[in-house]
Amino acid sequence: MLGQSITKNSLILGGFAVVTAGVLAFTFSLTADKIAEEEKRAATRALSEIMPAHLYDNDLLSNTREIPLEQQQLLGLEGDEKIYIATLNGQTTAIIVPMIAHDGYSGAIKLIAGIQKNGQITGVRVLSHRETPGLGDKIDINKNDWITTFDGKSLTRPKSERWAVKKDGGEFDQFTGATITPRAVVNRVKQTLTYFKKHRVQFFSQNDGNSSGQEN
Amino acid sequence: MNEYKEISFNGLWKNNPALVQLLGLCPLLAVSGSVVNALGLGLATLLVLVGSNISVSLIRNAVSDAVKLPAFVMIIASFTTCTELLMQAFTYELYQILGIFIPLIVTNCAILGRADAFACKNKLIPSILDGFAMGLGFMLVLVAIGAIREILGTGIIFGNMHLLFGEAARSWQISLFGENYKGFLIAILPPGAFLVTGLLIAVKNIIDAHMKKRAAAKSKNPATRSKRVRTTDNTA
Repeated sequence: MLGQSITKNSLILGGFAVVTAGVLAFTFSLTADKIAEEEKRAATRALSEIMPAHLYDNDLLSNTREIPLEQQQLLGLEGDEKIYIATLNGQTTAIIVPMIAHDGYSGAIKLIAGIQKNGQITGVRVLSHRETPGLGDKIDINKNDWITTFDGKSLTRPKSERWAVKKDGGEFDQFTGATITPRAVVNRVKQTLTYFKKHRVQFFSQNDGNSSGQEN
Repeated sequence: MNEYKEISFNGLWKNNPALVQLLGLCPLLAVSGSVVNALGLGLATLLVLVGSNISVSLIRNAVSDAVKLPAFVMIIASFTTCTELLMQAFTYELYQILGIFIPLIVTNCAILGRADAFACKNKLIPSILDGFAMGLGFMLVLVAIGAIREILGTGIIFGNMHLLFGEAARSWQISLFGENYKGFLIAILPPGAFLVTGLLIAVKNIIDAHMKKRAAAKSKNPATRSKRVRTTDNTA
């Protein structure tokens, strides 16, 4: 009797599992292409926002470079983030570097920065963060345009010691009630520019022989 | 007809999942920071709730009590995953904002609660209506909290609606207090969700008490009036 009811019940549950799995597989196959397309579009949009159109004519998403393990920590990275290479007529003009600031107010702040060959920033964006809504989340372009203050900056403009929030004697605004978040972002961007200065050769030397002497 | 009216009233007001049963508080409190987030999660929950009520009602005679709950959970989980995939495909940015709270719809007690308390004991049509009324009741409360928090916290309402309705909805945003509004920060932070939810429950209780009083007065009134009529008659 007991055995019978166990058999019956497991058959019923098994049937359910098969049917629900079927429904899921069907929905998945229906949406898979659209989702992949959306993901790609979102990624492209984020990249094209910080890379002016006149600097590249390639597909940024497909032209990437792995970051060597020993360089990852210079950018605060911990995973499989890649550097995107922008080329114009086959010449590398700029790169988009991923970076993570770990000293924010709450958790890691994932960022990307576009940097031109001459070391000038084309733009910085926050990809994800968990900063306090209303205070630290002003680093998000959807909330505030503070992040655009990085546009056009480089390691020499402003000078190295001015690369800090105003409270620390630098020239970047902090937010009312939130210094930790912008400080973390400013410091991370500065460190990334330092990284760029040190390692730029590996991106620009291959297809651009006479760039090594150029420095801003 | 009366039965349907009662089911709707039950879900939307009398037995509202968010204000009376206090089910699904986790998403209710976590994503009610703005109208668009609230509406997105509310719609997703509504969809799952109606879907699960339909399926549960259809199979209610086929499953024994012993495997009832696991079967329901399986149904709810698959509906939730389908909803998640659909949102990912059609409202990708909103999907990213709501994040973990879409898969967490599975754990919203309101859904399993309705499956167990209503759909598995009732025919298809009442079950659909029940799912719809409960889902709508949940969504309306979610949107109300979202609206209050968004207005108090940022001074605007209907911000970022394009995440749900496409580019045309970008202009729906209304700034209520002008550019200089600093924002009542606590409204956006988690405590604000508790405060606003508590206020809404209080308002509902006040209205209920008021209605009760009026109903009592109404049932009493004819008697007093007739008495007065009699008195007038007597004096006359």
